[in-house]
Amino acid sequence: MKALPDADDRGEAVLRAAGLEKTYRMGDVDVQALRGVDFALYAGELVVLLGPSGSGKSTLLNILGGLDVPSAGTIRYRDHDLAIADDAALTRYRREHVGFVFQFYNLIPSLTARENVALVTEIATRPMAPEEALARVGLDHRLDHFPSQLSGGEQQRVAIARAIAKRPDLLLCDEPTGALDAPTGRIVLGALEAANRELGTTTAIITHNAAIAAMADRAVRLADGRIAATSRNAVRARPADLSW
Amino acid sequence: MRALDRKLLRDLWRLKGQVLAIALVVGCGIASYVASGTTYRSLVASRDAFYATNRFADGFAAVQRAPLAAAERVRALPGVADVQARVVVEGRVALPGARASAFGRFVSLERDAGLNALTLRAGRLPEPGRADEVVVGEAFAAANRLRPGDALGAVLRGRRVALVVVGVALSPEYVWIIPAGGFVPDDERYGVFWVERRALERAEGMAGAFNDLALAFSPGADARAVLASVDRILAPYGGLDAYGRDRQASHRLLDQELRQLAGSATLLPLVILAVAMFLLHLLLGRIVAGQREQLAALKALGYTNAEVGSHYALFALAVAGLGALFGIGLGVWGGRTFVDLYATYFRLPVLGYRLAPADLAFGVLLSAGAALLGALGAVARAVRLPAAEAMRPAAPAQRGPTRLERWGALRTFPVAERMVLRDLERQGGRTLLSVLAIALATAIVVAGRLAFDSIDHLMALQFDRVQREDVSIAYTHPLAPAVRGGLAHIPGVRLVERAREVPVRILAGTRRREAVLTGVDEGATLRRLLDLAGRPVPLPAGGLALSRELAARLGVAPGDRVEVEVLEGARPRRALTVAALVDDMIGLGAYMPITALDRLLGGPRDSGAMLAVEPGARDAVIARLEAMPTVLRVSPRARVKALFEAQVARVFLTYQVVLAAFAAVLAVGVVYTNARIALATRGRDLATLRILGFTRAEVGAVLVGEQAVQLLAGIPLGLPIGEGLGHLALASVDRELYRFPVVVSTGTLAFAAAVVLAAGTASAWRVRRMADDLDLVGVLKARD
Repeated sequence: MKALPDADDRGEAVLRAAGLEKTYRMGDVDVQALRGVDFALYAGELVVLLGPSGSGKSTLLNILGGLDVPSAGTIRYRDHDLAIADDAALTRYRREHVGFVFQFYNLIPSLTARENVALVTEIATRPMAPEEALARVGLDHRLDHFPSQLSGGEQQRVAIARAIAKRPDLLLCDEPTGALDAPTGRIVLGALEAANRELGTTTAIITHNAAIAAMADRAVRLADGRIAATSRNAVRARPADLSW
Repeated sequence: MRALDRKLLRDLWRLKGQVLAIALVVGCGIASYVASGTTYRSLVASRDAFYATNRFADGFAAVQRAPLAAAERVRALPGVADVQARVVVEGRVALPGARASAFGRFVSLERDAGLNALTLRAGRLPEPGRADEVVVGEAFAAANRLRPGDALGAVLRGRRVALVVVGVALSPEYVWIIPAGGFVPDDERYGVFWVERRALERAEGMAGAFNDLALAFSPGADARAVLASVDRILAPYGGLDAYGRDRQASHRLLDQELRQLAGSATLLPLVILAVAMFLLHLLLGRIVAGQREQLAALKALGYTNAEVGSHYALFALAVAGLGALFGIGLGVWGGRTFVDLYATYFRLPVLGYRLAPADLAFGVLLSAGAALLGALGAVARAVRLPAAEAMRPAAPAQRGPTRLERWGALRTFPVAERMVLRDLERQGGRTLLSVLAIALATAIVVAGRLAFDSIDHLMALQFDRVQREDVSIAYTHPLAPAVRGGLAHIPGVRLVERAREVPVRILAGTRRREAVLTGVDEGATLRRLLDLAGRPVPLPAGGLALSRELAARLGVAPGDRVEVEVLEGARPRRALTVAALVDDMIGLGAYMPITALDRLLGGPRDSGAMLAVEPGARDAVIARLEAMPTVLRVSPRARVKALFEAQVARVFLTYQVVLAAFAAVLAVGVVYTNARIALATRGRDLATLRILGFTRAEVGAVLVGEQAVQLLAGIPLGLPIGEGLGHLALASVDRELYRFPVVVSTGTLAFAAAVVLAAGTASAWRVRRMADDLDLVGVLKARD
C-alpha cells in the first residue's frame, strides 16, 4: 500500500482512504465494486470522480459519506476511523460533517423547499438560516413551494441548499445533473461551484459526464473498481462554460 | 414545529382515507372496551353501594316454621353479626280495577333488624301496627302504575286481605325478581310486597315464629362454618340448606349479568384491536416501502435510527390517538346509554355513570400498545434499512414461478387474473392476515348472534316441544289428583294432566344440593322431558335421573346411590340409585317417573296441573283458574314465552346493531386499506394496462380482484371462528341456571356474510373508482 502524504501543496487532507475494497452480494453472485482504492480529499478542493456506470464511483462516494463501510482497507476523516465506525458513529459523522446531493434530489415531497432545508438546520450545530441557504442557490423566491411545484433543476438546487445549510466540511454529490438537461445542469453545477468557492466546502462530485471534469481542481477516473487516472486542472472552468 | 413533524402531519393528511379507516377500527376497539368496562364498573359501584348502605345480608336460610328463639340461637353463634327472622309467603294479589290478578312474595317488615333495609322511592313505610299497609317493590309498582294510596287485595293461604299501598321501595334482596317456578322477570304479574309482620303471622300461623332467616357475618367469619351451624340449629324446624350470597337468586343473576359484561370488555376489544394492529402493520409497511428514498435522504442527512424509527412509530401513534379519541367518545356515550338501560332493568338505585380516569388511561394505553405493535415491523425495517441501500431503488422482488403456477393452476386464467392470483400468493403472509381480518369481522357478527340463536333454540325447544300446555298452574299446597276432574269441567278446557314437583335435598357423601324433583308422566302429552337435542329422555322405571350438571356438582354417576330428602309434608328420606343423566337446559333438576314418585311420597299428590285449552276460551279459563283459592299461580305459556322473547330482544337488539356496525367498520378498514395499498403499489402496472388498451372496468377488476378473493375466503372462515368466540362468550353463563345448546342459524350466517360483504364491496368500489383517475402519463414518466 502506497503511503500518501498528510499534506502537500494542495493543503491538508481531510479525508484519507487506502486500499479500499467493497464486495456486495447480489443474489447468488459476489460483486466486487471496489478493488483497492487509495484516495484523499484535501481541504477546500473540488474533485470530480469520473467513471462509467459500474465503475464503483457511487460505492466510493457512499463510503466517503459514511453511508457504507468498506469490506477492507482504511478510511479516516480527520481523527475518525470510518472503516470500523458503528452505525451511530457514522450517523454522527454524516450529521456533523457531510452534506449530500443525490441524483434524484431525494426531497421530502410533503415538505416545502424551506422545510426540506430546515430538516437539516434543525439537527445541525452551526447552520445558516434555510432562507439564506436557498438564497445562495437562487431560490429565495420559491421558499414555500412543494417539490412537486418545482422544476427538476429547482428541486436539485433545493437539495444543494439543504446540503450546504449545515455548513458541511464535505459536500458529496452523486450524479447531481444526471436527471437534468444540459442548461439546467449548468445552473446546478454553478450552485455547487459557488458553495465550494464561497464557503470553502470540500466538494466531491461523481458523474459519468466527462465534460464536468473541467470545473474541478482535480479529476479522478475510476474504472472497474480502481482509480485509473488522476488529472489536475491549472484553471477551473466556469460551469456556465461547460457544454455537453 | 420540527420539519419532521410537519412531514408527519402532511403524511397523515395525504393518507387521510386510510388513516381514518384504521382510526375507526381502533376506535371501535377502544369504544367496546370503554363502554363495557365503564358500564361494568358503574354498575358494580352502584350495587356495592346499595348492598353496603342497605346492609344486604351475607347468608340466608328457609325453614318450615321455627320459633323466634331459634333465631336468637343463630344470633349467638360465633361469626354471626346480625340476624333477621322473617315470614315470607307466596300469595295472590288482586289489583284495583278489573285487571287480571297477579302473584307475589309477601315479606314481613322487620324494623328492629338492620339487615336488608328498603330504599323508599315513594311514600313511606307502614305505620307500626298497621297490618293493612303495604310497601310495593318498584318493578311491580311501575309495571302496574301503583302509587301510594292505591288499594290492593291479597289472598294469603286462601284468606283475603285488603291492603293500601303506602310506599314504593327497592330492596337489595330483589334487584332481580324472578317469579317462583319461572325463569324470566314478569314485573306486571309478579312482585315483592312488604307488610307488617302481624299481617302474615295471622295468615300463616307464624305468631312468635319465622320461616325465613337472613344473617350478616362478622368480619373474618368462616362463612361455611357459620352456615353449617345455622343448618344444625334449624334442622329440627324443617330447615333447608342455609346458603351464602353466591346462591341468593337476585344476587346470582345480577352477578351473572355483570360477569358477561366484564367478559365483553375483554374479548371484543382484543379481537378488534388485533385487526387494527394488522391494518397499521400493512399501512406502515407500505409507507416505509414507498418512502425508501426519503428514508435514504434522512439517514444521509444524519438523522439517527431513533429519530427515523420514532417518526414512523409516531405515525402509528397518531392514528391510534385519533382512534382512541373517537373510541373514548363513543365508549363514554355507549356506557351512559348502557347504564341508563340497565338502570331500568335492574331494580337498583343506579348511582349514575362513572368514568374513572383509569378507564381513560387504560383505553389510551391499549390503543397506543396496539399501534406500537402494529408499527413494530415497519419501524424495524426503516431502522434496519442501510442508508447506502436505501439510496438505490428496491431490487425487484424475486419472481420465480409460484406454486400455483408450477401446479399449472394458473394456466386456465386470463393474464390479468393471473396477476391477481400471483400477487395473492407471493404476498402470502399479507393475504393470509387479510383473510383472517375479514374472518374476524365476520366472526364478531356470528359470535354476537350466536347467543341470540342459542337462546332462540332453547326457547323453541322449551316452549314448543317441552311445554306444550296452554296454561300451567301451581297449587297452594299438594292436592289429590281428583282435583283435576274439577278442572276438566271448566268450559274450554280440553285436557288436564298432572304436574308433580317436590323440593328435595339430594345428598351424596359430604356433598348436597337442593333441587326440584319432577314426576315425569311418560304417557303425558303436554309436558315432556327432552334433552338438548330435543330427544325424549327415557326414564328407567323407579330410577332417578339427574341433570348432568347436578350430578357433576354432587360428584355422582349412574349406578351411584344418593339420599333424597323430600322437603315438604312428612319429609321422608329415601336412598335411590341414579339411573340416568339428563342433558336438560334450565336449572338443576331431578326426574322420576311420576308413578315412582307417587310411591316414594306415599300416594299420589299433585303440585299443579297442565291444561290444554280451546283457543277462544283461554282468557275465560285463566280467569276461572285465578279465582280458585287453591291455585297459587297461573302461567299461560304464551305469556311466559312473550316475556322471555321481549327480554331477549331488548338486550340483544342493541348489541346486535353495535356488533354489526363494528364488523362493517372492520371490513371497510381491511378492504379499503388493502385496496389503497394495491392501488399505490400497482398503480404503474395498472396504468400500463390502461395504455395497452384495457378498459377501466378491466383494470378495476384487476385492482379489486385481490379484495374479492380475500372477502370470499375470509367470510366462510369467519363462521367457525365466530362459533368459537361465541362458545367463549357463553362460557361465562352460569351453568346452574342455563345450559345453552350452541346453535348458529342460517339467518346468522347470511346476516354476517351480508354485512361484511356489503361493507367490503362498498369500500373496494370506492378505491376502484380512484383507479379511473390514474394519471397515465405521469405514472409512466415516474422513475422506479
